[in-house]
Amino acid sequence: MTANSRIWHLVLILAIFSAPLVIMYVYQVIDSIAQPDPGSLVPGAIDLSNWRFLWERIDTGRPSIWVVTFNTFLFASTTAFLVTSLSATAGYALSRLNMPGRPYFLGGLIILHAFPTITLIIAIFIILQFLGLFDTLLGIILVKAALELPFGVWILKGFYDTVPWEIEMAGVQDGASRLRVWWELVLPQVKPGLFALLIISFLSGWSEFVLPLVLAPGSSTQVLATFMNAVIQDDATADFGLFKAIGMFYSIPVIVIYLVFQKQLMNIYGGGTKG
Amino acid sequence: MELRLEKFTKRFGDTTVIKDMDLTVGSGEMIALLGPSGCGKSTTLFAVCGIHKMNGGTLHFGDRDVTTVPAQERSVGVVFQNYALYPHMTVEQNIGFPLKIQKLGKAAIRKEVERLSELVQIGELLDRRPAQLSGGQQQRVALARAMIRKPDVLLLDEPLANLDAKLRLEMRSEIRRIQRETGITAILVTHDQVEAMSMCDRIALMKDGKIVQLDTPEQMYSNPRSQFVAGFLGNPPISFLPATAGAEVVLANGQSIARPRDLQASGDLILGIRPEHFGPQHGEGLQGEVIFVEPQGREELIDVRLDGGGDIRSILSAGAPIRQGDRVNWGVATDSILAFAPNGVRV
Ligand SMILES: Nc1ncnc2c1ncn2[C@@H]1O[C@H](COP(=O)(O)OP(=O)(O)OP(=O)(O)O)[C@@H](O)[C@H]1O
Ligand SMILES: [Mg+2]
Repeated sequence: MTANSRIWHLVLILAIFSAPLVIMYVYQVIDSIAQPDPGSLVPGAIDLSNWRFLWERIDTGRPSIWVVTFNTFLFASTTAFLVTSLSATAGYALSRLNMPGRPYFLGGLIILHAFPTITLIIAIFIILQFLGLFDTLLGIILVKAALELPFGVWILKGFYDTVPWEIEMAGVQDGASRLRVWWELVLPQVKPGLFALLIISFLSGWSEFVLPLVLAPGSSTQVLATFMNAVIQDDATADFGLFKAIGMFYSIPVIVIYLVFQKQLMNIYGGGTKG
Repeated sequence: MELRLEKFTKRFGDTTVIKDMDLTVGSGEMIALLGPSGCGKSTTLFAVCGIHKMNGGTLHFGDRDVTTVPAQERSVGVVFQNYALYPHMTVEQNIGFPLKIQKLGKAAIRKEVERLSELVQIGELLDRRPAQLSGGQQQRVALARAMIRKPDVLLLDEPLANLDAKLRLEMRSEIRRIQRETGITAILVTHDQVEAMSMCDRIALMKDGKIVQLDTPEQMYSNPRSQFVAGFLGNPPISFLPATAGAEVVLANGQSIARPRDLQASGDLILGIRPEHFGPQHGEGLQGEVIFVEPQGREELIDVRLDGGGDIRSILSAGAPIRQGDRVNWGVATDSILAFAPNGVRV
């Protein structure tokens, strides 16, 4: 009973603090499907014209929203896949193999993770230009994956560290090769970590703005973030209704992913093999 | 199959953990590696199964030299202290894993798994996952998995350390039964002397990376080669008293006892007296005061502080009318006294 009342206190406090956010989101939705009524909090008539970008081009110079969405999805999912698979092997090596200079490597990872990306942007720009990957999706995918890797490697190393050594020894003793031991016996133990990392790096790719803006400015490589930026920037009279509707559209996948996978996402903070 | 370890040396960095160790385990024999923590028991075991590379020496299984054979290709089954079951697999998959690696067919694996689960008596648990098993059941699964490939050698690293007292007793005889039934050559690592004495044919007592004595449990108990061995084996432990041997044996505290018949040495000695060799049933001889009485059910342990100094322990049947603070004058079975030179070597 006391536990129950304590939960109610918590709920109340959380409700108060998150109310501004919730109200903002609610108005985001309302404004995107209603006629703006200046100066009034009560929305006027329902109007779906803000969502017109879904079925027509908002103006001729821009790519269709579906192409942009596809770009974003490709960018985010390829990045997530790259980060997760590379972290899965690198994290294992760092956790298990006794290689020279390991502590320095680990320290380097932390520093890299803490390093502000934006300060590197000129150097990255020059490298991409040199490689001929400037203004390509592949270019920004590689850059984004590289920048996300330190975090992923570090997280997965933590997960690997919780897998007992003896499981691997037992696997080797049972006759399995090191590769097979890793794939069949160790990897399943860190599945929660892999999954969480996959989602987190997908979301991070989905919301990435600076890298595509600077490194892939062309309209054929536009992602949703840069698309929205262009919508609000170019027009002489900014169409805020349209902007809000696109914003809604942009955040739907994020909300869905959070709702569906919140349990798995929490895993990354809990660490370990439960889950 | 006979296991022969010769001149085995193991170094970690600059520290030599094991130097020139020789150990032969006869076919079908079960040997205990017994010793205090850090003496190199696990290191030896891991060298035998191939997880650790040897820095020197050779290892033979029968006539086959396996010194440089990788762990996967040695025919060794290992039971780890924490069992190391694969948590994401069912019991059946766990036990069958070594055969799956060998690419056996499903039906063949199933048949073998059933044979093994019958041997270790867990037939009804095959669909469970390790987390749903008790400690003793996990132990049995680990044992079955280690044995399913019909290995030449079975290695057990403190297999009972994680079990409660009752299960430990049960698994002690279970492991012994399974080892006898299959006739497998086995090495058991333990720091529990009772386990070593009750389960194994012979005991290799280790200290600082060396085997100090390799003998049957009875021999090792009644005929230890050094003070360390005498002190390590026996529960309750032996008491040591410094003394000088002449025509009589005079203890450091001034009291004297008859000279043991087969004692050759004279001069300074350390006497080892087991609790069952000191008490009223052996007549009179040593005087002192009871400082502690510890009931143990069927028996009670009595610590006596001798007049002039030195503690000695006795074990009597429960119900003896002895209280703390009582004055006693009890005898020693002089011919059962173990005598050691001051450097610890048996004389
Ligand atoms: N990987 C390693 N690196 C460095 N030293 C090690 C390593 N493994 C073991 N040692 C050292 O070797 C010695 C023997 O270790 P080992 O694990 O064989 O002891 P043990 O007899 O099994 O002890 P316990 O009863 O505590 O398990 C110890 O001093 C230990 O510190
Ligand atoms: Mg050990």
